[in-house]
Amino acid sequence: MAEQRHTLAEMARLLESGAISSRELTEASLARIEARDSELNAFITVTAETALAAADRADQQRAKGNAGPLTGIPIAQKDIFCTAGVATTCASRMLENFVSPYDATVVERLNAAGLISVGKTNMDEFAMGSSNETSYFGAVKNPWDPARSPGGSSGGSAAAVAAGLVPMATGTDTGGSVRQPAALCGITGFKPSYGRVSRYGMIAFASSLDQAGVLALTAEDAALITQLIAGFDERDSTCSDQPVPDYMAALASSVAGKKIGVPTEYFDGLDDNCAQAMHAAFDVYRQLGAEIIDVHLPNLPLAVPTYYVVSPAEASSNLSRFDGIRFGYRADGAEDIESLYKQTRSVGFGDEVKRRIMTGTYVLSAGYYDAYYLKAQKVRQLISNDMARCFEQVDIIAGPTTPTPAFRLGEKVDDPVQMYLNDIYTVSANLAGLPGISVPCGLVDGLPVGLQLIGPHFAEAAVLNFAHQYQLHSDWHKLLPGGTN
Amino acid sequence: MALTRKDIEYIAHLARLEVHEDEIPAYTDKLGKIIGFIDALDAAETGDLLPMAHPLNMSQRLRPDVVTAADQRDVYQQNAAEKEGGLYIVPRVVE
Amino acid sequence: MQWEVVIGLEVHAQLATHSKIFSGASTAYGAEPNTQADLVTLGYPGVLPVLNQEVVVMAAKFGLAVGATVAPRSVFARKNYFYPDLPKGYQISQYELPIVEHGHIDLTLEDGSVKRIGITRAHLEEDAGKSLHENMGGKTGIDLNRAGTPLLEIVSEPDMRSAKEAVNYMRRIHQIVRYLGISDGNMQEGSFRCDANVSVRPVGQQELGTRTEIKNLNSFRFVEKAINFEIERQIEVIEDGGKVVQETRLYDSDRDETRSMRGKEEANDYRYFPDPDLLPVEISAEFLESVKAAMPELPQAKAARFAAQYGLKSVDIEVLTAAQGTADYFEAVAAGCDAKLAANWVTGELGAALNRDGLDIAESRIGPAALIGLLKRIEDNTVSGKIAKDVFATMWDEGSDADAIINAKGLKQITDTGAIEAAVDRVIAENPEQVQQFREGKDKVLGFFVGQVMKATQGKANPGQVNQMLRDKLNS
Repeated sequence: MAEQRHTLAEMARLLESGAISSRELTEASLARIEARDSELNAFITVTAETALAAADRADQQRAKGNAGPLTGIPIAQKDIFCTAGVATTCASRMLENFVSPYDATVVERLNAAGLISVGKTNMDEFAMGSSNETSYFGAVKNPWDPARSPGGSSGGSAAAVAAGLVPMATGTDTGGSVRQPAALCGITGFKPSYGRVSRYGMIAFASSLDQAGVLALTAEDAALITQLIAGFDERDSTCSDQPVPDYMAALASSVAGKKIGVPTEYFDGLDDNCAQAMHAAFDVYRQLGAEIIDVHLPNLPLAVPTYYVVSPAEASSNLSRFDGIRFGYRADGAEDIESLYKQTRSVGFGDEVKRRIMTGTYVLSAGYYDAYYLKAQKVRQLISNDMARCFEQVDIIAGPTTPTPAFRLGEKVDDPVQMYLNDIYTVSANLAGLPGISVPCGLVDGLPVGLQLIGPHFAEAAVLNFAHQYQLHSDWHKLLPGGTN
Repeated sequence: MALTRKDIEYIAHLARLEVHEDEIPAYTDKLGKIIGFIDALDAAETGDLLPMAHPLNMSQRLRPDVVTAADQRDVYQQNAAEKEGGLYIVPRVVE
Repeated sequence: MQWEVVIGLEVHAQLATHSKIFSGASTAYGAEPNTQADLVTLGYPGVLPVLNQEVVVMAAKFGLAVGATVAPRSVFARKNYFYPDLPKGYQISQYELPIVEHGHIDLTLEDGSVKRIGITRAHLEEDAGKSLHENMGGKTGIDLNRAGTPLLEIVSEPDMRSAKEAVNYMRRIHQIVRYLGISDGNMQEGSFRCDANVSVRPVGQQELGTRTEIKNLNSFRFVEKAINFEIERQIEVIEDGGKVVQETRLYDSDRDETRSMRGKEEANDYRYFPDPDLLPVEISAEFLESVKAAMPELPQAKAARFAAQYGLKSVDIEVLTAAQGTADYFEAVAAGCDAKLAANWVTGELGAALNRDGLDIAESRIGPAALIGLLKRIEDNTVSGKIAKDVFATMWDEGSDADAIINAKGLKQITDTGAIEAAVDRVIAENPEQVQQFREGKDKVLGFFVGQVMKATQGKANPGQVNQMLRDKLNS
């Protein structure tokens, strides 16, 4: 398996036919991690022993004939999901030694389906970042070019899948944290609608934006996993009880006669080469019989500023629980409670997290709430309305996932605003709570770029269908890092 | 809007973050840039739009009033830095 | 100068649910520290709140009981501040859109007039934990069992004009939450407590004076004392040419004074915003109807009914309707005998006995059926009221029933005319002087004769009969 990546669907077939065992798959995955991860830094924790034990159990289950289709396939969990008995760090010094007493719903459901976690992937600290450089455990390297960022915040998951360490890894997407690293690492990244997948056990960044997602090689694999993790959870008040449709069945639908909306604003100032890759992708859809229509998102320039008010505001409050008392890092030698708080939080959190806490505290504070937070909530409605208006005309919105291919590590660390602008195409889906996917659609300067598809609320099936149909008629998702097939 | 040293100190205190003297210039600079960036919202025409607090158009679900949690204090307190006799311990809080 | 006092109260009533407002941890009082602190209570990373249905029902009941609007849509918000007994660094409360608004309580003042006190709002929130400082070796211990217990915070308008009125209002709120069964109202355990906002202004001045807030008053007596102290203090400050500072103060019951918490608290910049983990609470008309249908009769309605149905005096009604248990007990007794007799005994002998032994009426050593057993013997003239009190005392101490005691002690009233007549004749014969006085018009002497006859019969003669017979014989 060394130089070849297998999709989940392929692994499932290999397991079912008996061509390979779960133990062999898991050992191969662990061997790849061993060989590559000292360079990539995609994992924070590798759980080789428990993974191999689980693989043996999976093989026994299969021998007895009671294995599920995905039983015994090794995967990885973003280190933002709580995993009972295994460290959950959120890539922060604050949680360096934190062991969760419980499993997140996503983890619980993937475990129940027999998937085997080989470890926890690196990420931006508390998911705050677009480059993976804010991790307490160091930046992840892009498998296409180790001098470049894999994107963030689910950079470790994206790099691990792109490099073939695992066929699939979980991610979370608050402003693009699944789709952007998927685009920059040349893989598929799917974020379902807000409310489709339970947030229970997913350490909160911005509660009204966070959504669990999937990083995989294909839309088909994303559908397989979404099928398992989506659906009602009584432990999350914001999780919908709408029935989960059969995503696999929906993949095969034809897109002929369907309408794809392309917001003209997406191309204002977009890199020419990126624009060309997008147009080539649109041509594929035209050949499949879909219609490409110009649509408008007049408030697009406001999306990132809105996001950078709402998300830090919620984060500043969500992160108040890290006070050194009940769990997490605690500063030594504090003489009084105020010093305990301040020393613990100043040492436990990294710079970007502190910056966002400060920004969030500021926009909620007396005298500024109306001008920033309340105003941002109104603009959020404006942006959501713009999206809804597009969906009156078209079935799906298409465009670039990112303004550029992967940038160099260190290139944007000194200018937070430049870093934030990476999220220009992705944040609107979070603000409006919509499902979105990024699929590889070309190379620019030898680096992958992604095509983003955004659908209406709870139209996961349509988004996955459009992505799958594209992948049936393109090969970009099969390119290995470096550009070879 | 430019942020002053006083602003930084006030926000840092509200957020219980320690800002050392030598960090103040970096904070005023970077936070200033961020605030300048989000000031773009000011120009948005939002008319009488209602604020959107949440992307889900649902109402709060209610759970039955049933005790479902068993005592797991010892497990939960394994993550605590200091505990004694079942209590979480902090430096003296003056009331 | 004449001063007018302005008081508003914020009453915190712990709601009597089994589980916490946002999780399935128990709310039982008195458990070992932190054994009722589950992951949600502790604010563990990744866990989320899910609202307890019962708190919504309870808040709606309260709203209906005080004639308020129960909001069809209310929103939970986060109140952000750091304190070790506040695990998440924010308290989930309601801010802009509370569940109950615009209610009132009608107080009956000492002069009999009725005064309406406005209830601005009542909102749901979670309680904090407890910080323990005693025997901690200079440190503080945190017990989070209480954290997450549901609270209803009831905020009044600044409509009260004296400490007495404030206490009167607080008692009425206490009575209502207990009637509704939504709070046990236990003040020792902190399930019912209040903050008082107090200010003074010269009589006739429109604009309000600067107010102070006295925190955490947990008895009716302390509310009255703390407010009175604070009124005196403020007036003194102003009359000495000073200014009242807007601040939070604590009442020290040992020294009977309030003192400033200044320096210990922040400028209150709580950064409220809608809690994104919770969605708007929607209350449909059907839901509200179902709550309405399950409402118990409230104190005022009950009082009106007691007056109409039983013809009782208002002083008795007030005692009988003070608590649901007393009213129920009374009605159970009144179902088996004369209502006025029942009212006299429940407010009189029974009340005194309960008071003496420090018992709640639910713990009474004489149940309604047993009391009926006794009162029936008064009605059928088996015993006099006076003897009945002795029987009651024996019932209370020994637990046996009225008839058994009457029989065993031979307390049965003498109604045999012959036996009474013999005693009457003897008393008349032995007291010629008093007979003379009576016949000269000194009616009062009749009492003397009655007493003598009762004494001669060891109190067992029927007083009515004795009275009649004496009059007949003395006037003949």
